[in-house]
Amino acid sequence: MAKVLMKGNEAIGAAAIEAGCRYFFGYPITPQSELPEYMARELPKVGGVFLQAESEIAAINMVYGAAGAGARVMTSSSSPGISLKQEGISYIAGAELPCLIVNIMRGGPGLGSIQPSQTDYFQATRGGGNGDYRVVVLAPANVQELVDLVMEGFDIADQYRNPVMVLGDGMIGQMMEPVELRKPKPRELPPKDWATDGTKGKRKPNIINSLYLAAEELEAHNKRLQEKYRKIMENEVKVESYKIEDADVVIAAYGTTSRIAKTAISQLEKEGYKVGLIRPITLWPYPYDEFDKINDKCKGILTVEMNSGQMVDDVKIAVKGRFPVYFHGRTGGMVPTPNEIIDKVKKIYGGEM
Amino acid sequence: MAIVFQKTRGLTDVETHYCPGCTHGIVHRLVGEVLEELGVLDIAIGVAPVGCAVLAYKYFNCDMHEAAHGRAPAVATGIKRVHPENFVFTYQGDGDLASIGTAEIVHAAHRGEKISTIFINNAIYGMTGGQMAPTTLVGQKATTAPYGRDEAHCGKPIRIAEMLATIDGAKFVERVTVTSPAHVRKAKKAIKECFKVQIEGKGFGIVEVLSTCPTNWGLTPTEALKWLEDNMIPYYPLGNFKRPEEVE
Repeated sequence: MAKVLMKGNEAIGAAAIEAGCRYFFGYPITPQSELPEYMARELPKVGGVFLQAESEIAAINMVYGAAGAGARVMTSSSSPGISLKQEGISYIAGAELPCLIVNIMRGGPGLGSIQPSQTDYFQATRGGGNGDYRVVVLAPANVQELVDLVMEGFDIADQYRNPVMVLGDGMIGQMMEPVELRKPKPRELPPKDWATDGTKGKRKPNIINSLYLAAEELEAHNKRLQEKYRKIMENEVKVESYKIEDADVVIAAYGTTSRIAKTAISQLEKEGYKVGLIRPITLWPYPYDEFDKINDKCKGILTVEMNSGQMVDDVKIAVKGRFPVYFHGRTGGMVPTPNEIIDKVKKIYGGEM
Repeated sequence: MAIVFQKTRGLTDVETHYCPGCTHGIVHRLVGEVLEELGVLDIAIGVAPVGCAVLAYKYFNCDMHEAAHGRAPAVATGIKRVHPENFVFTYQGDGDLASIGTAEIVHAAHRGEKISTIFINNAIYGMTGGQMAPTTLVGQKATTAPYGRDEAHCGKPIRIAEMLATIDGAKFVERVTVTSPAHVRKAKKAIKECFKVQIEGKGFGIVEVLSTCPTNWGLTPTEALKWLEDNMIPYYPLGNFKRPEEVE
């Protein structure tokens, strides 16, 4: 297929339909409304269902129902809406159902703004809902990667019977770039023999549930979940690294921010600085081990985010005290500039930070 | 020997957890019988609530989902949109449907979602131990209304059947009770008619069942039946509020 120019939010929809998703339940919120609008237009053409729910809470519970019924299903929202969906996400994780959730992040807290941000890192990676659960979090840095991760995200969800979240900032939802819809590497997906589609009198009832009233049963369920999460951590980490074996300073950044970091790095290289980059593509499972590859002479790690410092906690866990960890962030919809990053890197070089 | 009564295949053999004298058991049986008699048990997918009927997924002999508090109509919507040929029902109490889940039930009805809802109104939160419900009567005592429900403080109880009957997408709305054999027969008839509305693709249907909670009302089972008839029926009149032919 030839490349076509698509806006991020619409490209998500195209990738989802290409991946076989036929059900979308959502609620309007800026800056992601082009996605439900695209699905409202395109899903009926392929025999699918787009339904605008009465709230984000209802939308995610419709996803819970449709996922339990065996469908490939998704929803999308932006930060405050994702907060409302946390109840359902916890139930979906607890009942071990596959689905795709898209969060095109905007500034917070509260109603915040409609400008791009990365302020939901904690919520996405630590679980905004109740209970010990994990959601696979995919953080694309360009529109091509966005569509690739949407398509693979459905397969990851099905393989592990787990919700998968695509976490993009408002910029990636709104930007237009050329994309090609490419099938992900084939995975062996288990049959959905647990789904509710009526017993037809041929099997025992299937029950979709996250309630285990007996303490021993709930502990056993949690142990099973943790075992699954361990497998995901072993198998599904994705990360891009650049010259970390040789760098004096390593920048850690994800999503759109990583592109700004790359611009800063190429400028710094021209000036003779040796700067590396670690760009986590999966925010959970986090690529902790990648930081072990950083050379011992590195002067420090600079974490750059569009928030007040969230992923920086994971960077500190990852470097295990080997290097000082610095942070540069902008909030409220302000976007870090390459020059701000260049300035910070030079300060680390000069021992001024 | 002729069989005059037997357990419906619509229910499993699991012993229920309901308190002695609670009318959930009767309503479960009626739902199970109707599913079986209408021939939809094997294509049925039910949604259980949070509340006393939280374990209903163990009792109905069909595919089941356990929903979050109040969200059963949204969950049922997701299921029905994926499997429009299956029979999808929710079974909810008054805290679940009439308090935390009002948005979900109103909009499922408003969309004309082709699902059926059984709504148990016993004027109290049973599972959590007798707190005030949106359907608790004025003056009725509850653990969070220890001096009795005060209209000036928290309003009058909400009448769900009357409210939902105003919504175009709701095609069948009836309020029944199960305090006597005659009422049980009427209740079953209403449930059957409600379920047929879904089977015939006409839209949303709900049967509100006035029910007892002897444990949290502090009454014996027979006193509870009388209390319901004396106090609840005058405020929550029984009868059909809507059926398809009146709408179309």
